[in-house]
Amino acid sequence: MLSRLKQLVVYALNPLVLLSCAGMASAKEAGSDQPEGWSLLNMPVGVTESARNSYDIHMYVIWVCVAIGVVVFGVMIYSMLAHRKSLGHEPATFHESTTVELAWTIIPVFILVALAVPATTSMVERYDSSEADIDIKITGYQWKWQYEYLGEDIQFMSELSTSEPAIYGKESKTEYYLTEVNEPLVIPVGKKVRFLVTAKDVIHAWWVPDLGVKKDAIPGFINETWTRVEEPGIYRGFCAELCGKGHAFMPVVVNVVEADEYAQWLADKKAAVAAERELANKSFTLEELMAKGEEAYNRSCASCHMANGEGIPGAFPGLKASPLTLGPVADHIDMVVNGSATNAAMQAFGGQLSEVDLAAIITYERNAWGNDALGDDDKIVQPIDVLKFKQGQ
Amino acid sequence: MAHGPAKGIGRWLYATNHKDIGTMYLWFSFAMFILGGAFAMIIRAELFAPGMQLIKPEFFNQMTTMHGLIMVFGAIMPAFVGLANWLIPMQIGAPDMALPRMNNLSFWILPFGFSLLAATLFMEGGAPNFGWTFYAPLSTTYAPPTVNFFIFGVHIIGASSIMGSINIIATVLNLRAPGMTLMKMPLFVWTWLITAFLLVAVMPVLAGAVTMMLMDINFGTSFFDAAGGGDPVLFQHVFWFFGHPEVYIIILPAFGVISAIIPTFSRKPLFGYSSMVYATSAIAFLSFIVWAHHMYTVGMPLAGELYFMYATMLIAVPTGVKVFNWIATMFGGAISYETPMLFSIAFVILFTIGGFTGLMLAMAPADIQYHDSYFVVAHFHYVMVAGAVFSMSAAVYYWLPKWTGKMYSEAMGKTHFWLAFIGFNVTFFPQHFLGLAGMPRRYADYALQFTEWNMVSTVGAFIYGAAQILFLYNVIRTIVAGTPAPEEKTWEGAEGLEWTLPSPPPFHSFSTPPEVK
Repeated sequence: MLSRLKQLVVYALNPLVLLSCAGMASAKEAGSDQPEGWSLLNMPVGVTESARNSYDIHMYVIWVCVAIGVVVFGVMIYSMLAHRKSLGHEPATFHESTTVELAWTIIPVFILVALAVPATTSMVERYDSSEADIDIKITGYQWKWQYEYLGEDIQFMSELSTSEPAIYGKESKTEYYLTEVNEPLVIPVGKKVRFLVTAKDVIHAWWVPDLGVKKDAIPGFINETWTRVEEPGIYRGFCAELCGKGHAFMPVVVNVVEADEYAQWLADKKAAVAAERELANKSFTLEELMAKGEEAYNRSCASCHMANGEGIPGAFPGLKASPLTLGPVADHIDMVVNGSATNAAMQAFGGQLSEVDLAAIITYERNAWGNDALGDDDKIVQPIDVLKFKQGQ
Repeated sequence: MAHGPAKGIGRWLYATNHKDIGTMYLWFSFAMFILGGAFAMIIRAELFAPGMQLIKPEFFNQMTTMHGLIMVFGAIMPAFVGLANWLIPMQIGAPDMALPRMNNLSFWILPFGFSLLAATLFMEGGAPNFGWTFYAPLSTTYAPPTVNFFIFGVHIIGASSIMGSINIIATVLNLRAPGMTLMKMPLFVWTWLITAFLLVAVMPVLAGAVTMMLMDINFGTSFFDAAGGGDPVLFQHVFWFFGHPEVYIIILPAFGVISAIIPTFSRKPLFGYSSMVYATSAIAFLSFIVWAHHMYTVGMPLAGELYFMYATMLIAVPTGVKVFNWIATMFGGAISYETPMLFSIAFVILFTIGGFTGLMLAMAPADIQYHDSYFVVAHFHYVMVAGAVFSMSAAVYYWLPKWTGKMYSEAMGKTHFWLAFIGFNVTFFPQHFLGLAGMPRRYADYALQFTEWNMVSTVGAFIYGAAQILFLYNVIRTIVAGTPAPEEKTWEGAEGLEWTLPSPPPFHSFSTPPEVK
């Protein structure tokens, strides 16, 4: 404890620690041993050309600033110590010197040019997203990411898997608290992967520090960026643009794997998609739907409507004994599949979730929190009902 | 007839006197500073440890938004307007401001503007929660219904700023004492003149942005909605076309304050007066052509990124000129360390650090990593707090004896300084680390590796907050029970017309114009 305290005092008082510890802090985070928080002082070097480039320019400009700082603050501190009135120092009267003033205007310009050259080169490289091996569309939603492998018929949602009790201190926090998801983005090592970044509701930003990629996801527009990761591993990132109350709760996790592993994953994923489609024709019991529904509801709906179905008064409507969940089933399916026409916060979940999940959620909402004893008698919705509704539109 | 202040509440309600209005501005801004500071304490308390302990994420977002809005528009800007009201007539040898009734109006609409804004905290749906930069569509389609109150609040605040600026321009251009040419004006007057032009130029842009929001929300237009042919990024361009000059609106008057205090306590004239004036003008001009450096990740074309990077880097040149000038002024002087000087020196050091991180942020390839992280939070608090607020503290200690005729407690002033200096750095220096390590800004909760430095930051924030209570006490104590200040010159090295007036100065500062040689 005491040594920690000492460390803290040293760090807090000495700005240059930032620099002296730069090398040490850049230790890679991938793998299970996360560095201790105290030593996290600098930008990660990362595992891509772009990230290294950012890091190099960052260090370059830091050292330039340190050099300028040493001179400027050196003169200042010297004069603060030596030219004190209490030492009886008599004030000089000099002022205005064209030579000096020209020098301190022109020299910085040269320093700036020296900084701008490598930065320009780096930007030009960064903007070349041509000749990609794989195209992945990333869509930001409040508050999750959707990954769509273009041309592969694979798309899935990637959502925070940290539990709500852990966030509210009712369960202990595990190692990857708030940086873990139900399903990470999987990409192969060494391939140029182009990301087409957009959003469905508000602006988000997809950021993975180790990849040196940050791009705003803007509704109605598609931004391009790319990466070529050099080392397999799991890389964690965040949403970087304020997007509402779940802003801190939509992490990015990228699993970079070897090419053969990627091919295997791709095949498995396609098989799983086909199996999921098959399930849409199956009939489920109420218990099955309720079990699936509770899990899917807590993942996709509870952040606004709350786990107890009571919503947040004034912001998000409750579903407990609400006209929607007790009313005609067709309206309920329509709301979940197509979203609300009047309130943009209620997304269209039809394209986000499978028919099985949609049916399970609707069934769960019509039966949970005492809703089963109230209102309309249509309590069970099967995946095929949802599928028919979608096809009927 | 005796010319003195009216009696009772009427003195303040119908105030047309520049000192009375200045006083009201200063107290109002301090009240907002405490309110915005309270919000900051809530934010820092929640961020002390990972997990949500005290508040919900939706309320956290309201706190960050209100903290930013209150501090920028309620605390810092009115504080400098108050300072301008007090000082400009005294520094240029005028009896009062040129447009006293408009002066009254521009102050008195402020409390209404901020009441509209603060009242949203108690309304259904809660206060604005989309950040002080209020990016669409989070602030339009997805905003709480209280956004309309926010919009009207911003309109009122903007109108107040514009009127205040027009008044300052009219005063400076028309009421200078005979012989005081533009190039003989104190730098505080110069920086405020330039600031006032910036305000008149960009506050209408802000008004335009919020009006477009109002239309999008209530009248079915689609300025910022791609589905209707609009563009959410347009909002960011318009906002930052206001927003970037805004940060210089905040910092230029601070430059003026520092340029007055450093020569006084160095007992040596400012090194390069005219180059300071030119540098200020250059910064003001550049501030209009660099706005999209806040938007490097938005998907601009390469040419746009490069242009905004180069233009932004250029700002380092005139800013460097300022810093070099202050240091050259101190060099060879006979320096003493009263409280205003301590704050000014801290200003130069910490503002320069903020300038360094500003240069780092200007570098587009590195900014890809810094953008929207705590590194940015650290950067702008180094220029906003250690810049604007420290200079404001320096100004209050420097001119308080002139304003009140009474001397503050130097011991308490120095305690305030050291608490503020240490508290500030403990709060914000670790935020550089947090940002570089990958913690995004505006996060209600964070991953475990960010715990340690967040704890440090929170401890610092409470030290900094406590220091302000001491400041308040010291000022009140001075007014109520301070020892009498020296007749005219409080500080032996002080120059300028305000020091030729008695302390406290007469109600109508200069009723006969002084002679300026």
